Amino acid sequence: MTPARTRAVALRVLQQVRRDPRTLAMLVVIPCALMALLWWMYRDVPGASPFYHLGPPLLAIFPFVVMFLITSVTTLRERASGTLERLLAMPLGKLDFLLGYGVAFGLLAAVQSGAAVAVSVGLLDLDVQGSVWLLLVVAIADAVLGTALGLFVSAFANTEFQAVQFMPALVVPQILLCGLFVPRHQLPDVLHAISEVLPLSYAVDAMQHLTAASATSDVAWDLAVVVGYAVALLVLGALTLRRRTP
Amino acid sequence: MSIEVAGLVVRRGGRAVLDGLDLTIGAGVTGLLGPSGCGKSTLLRAIVGVQRTHGGSVTVLGEPAGSSDLRRRIGYVTQAASVYDDLTLTENLHFFARVLGVDSGEVDRVVAAVDLGAQRAHVVGRMSGGQRSRASLAVALLGRPDVLVLDEPTVGLDPVLRRDLWALFHGLADDGATVLVSSHVMDEADRCDHLLLMRDGAIIAADTPDAIRERAGTDDIESAFLALVEGEAR
Repeated sequence: MTPARTRAVALRVLQQVRRDPRTLAMLVVIPCALMALLWWMYRDVPGASPFYHLGPPLLAIFPFVVMFLITSVTTLRERASGTLERLLAMPLGKLDFLLGYGVAFGLLAAVQSGAAVAVSVGLLDLDVQGSVWLLLVVAIADAVLGTALGLFVSAFANTEFQAVQFMPALVVPQILLCGLFVPRHQLPDVLHAISEVLPLSYAVDAMQHLTAASATSDVAWDLAVVVGYAVALLVLGALTLRRRTP
Repeated sequence: MSIEVAGLVVRRGGRAVLDGLDLTIGAGVTGLLGPSGCGKSTLLRAIVGVQRTHGGSVTVLGEPAGSSDLRRRIGYVTQAASVYDDLTLTENLHFFARVLGVDSGEVDRVVAAVDLGAQRAHVVGRMSGGQRSRASLAVALLGRPDVLVLDEPTVGLDPVLRRDLWALFHGLADDGATVLVSSHVMDEADRCDHLLLMRDGAIIAADTPDAIRERAGTDDIESAFLALVEGEAR
């Protein structure tokens, strides 16, 4: 593994995205529009708006889901076009490849989350007790987590159709159990235990801690768990990348 | 010998694609000719070290195929143009040059070598099929590899371009490279220094084009191929 090669991969992925301005625009605009939609939905509902406790989990979920989808499709394209085979026949470390993607999509996530956080906090009055910068860091970690999961599962998909099916299979259950619909401590014991091992739960916990008045150490712990999962998935992804294929 | 294959076995779906293949390839331009589906690409992949094998050995430049020292000494062109369609030619080449750790001056050299100077700023996905396969070839030329493994690089190209590419392959061989080119077009046989004729996962002849024709008593390689196959059947 060398930093120069990791940087080369990251730079190339960003160049590819730059060639696709529509994707870039959608990446930035859609999460902002969805946050605004959520705020608008509850505008005429009497009482405290649920937007203020639904918003933070969504800021964690958007980067995770979007980067998961983009990564699994891009990696699959790379396998199908033969470029991955060519790269693995070259002196490129598997981790260079995976980290390159992680870095590139992490940067995109920074832009995406930056916009979503700016709209939510600046225009829609989402209350953030903790540091807005830390919120951005958590969002980037969530994006890298989504990228790592996408890189890992793309090894098990042979077609784009299969890759997209991993979304309802692996991502939707995490959204259901992350505390967005039912606070995690109110889940039945078995489901609570499951939610404890799902990485998105910690991503959402981190966002909720940041928007409520909690200690920074709670956020740091959640963030560490998210980063730990991302690293573990990247290592698993490296194991699924085979230089020799059937 | 630059490439030595001994007892190579590759199975796919319970069927032996290559079943105990033996061959050696030396310097110069060697053509691997045979119909589609005869196992050419599998053999090339085994030589590059990206094919999972089930027995035998493949040695390239004295090292086991696929060893990490070989990765910067082999240039490989897969049958599909393995370049990024959404990047320009030079963006592709600069990326692969960085991965290989070669000087960025190499980019200009390989662009000129495949005669794509006018298309250097074009996005690869909008190039013609022939231009795309030359873009893929340019990547394989980066860093002047000692061994070039090219899977059907001339298929579908215009005759003038094909002639130029064969001249390029011979130029590389004159500089000391081992060039292995596969093709399913028998007409290309006479452009090679050595030939490997392949059918159903086996090498049915390995010699110079002249020697193969002479032994089969035919005027062209296509007829020699037929004579060899029918002689085997008898």
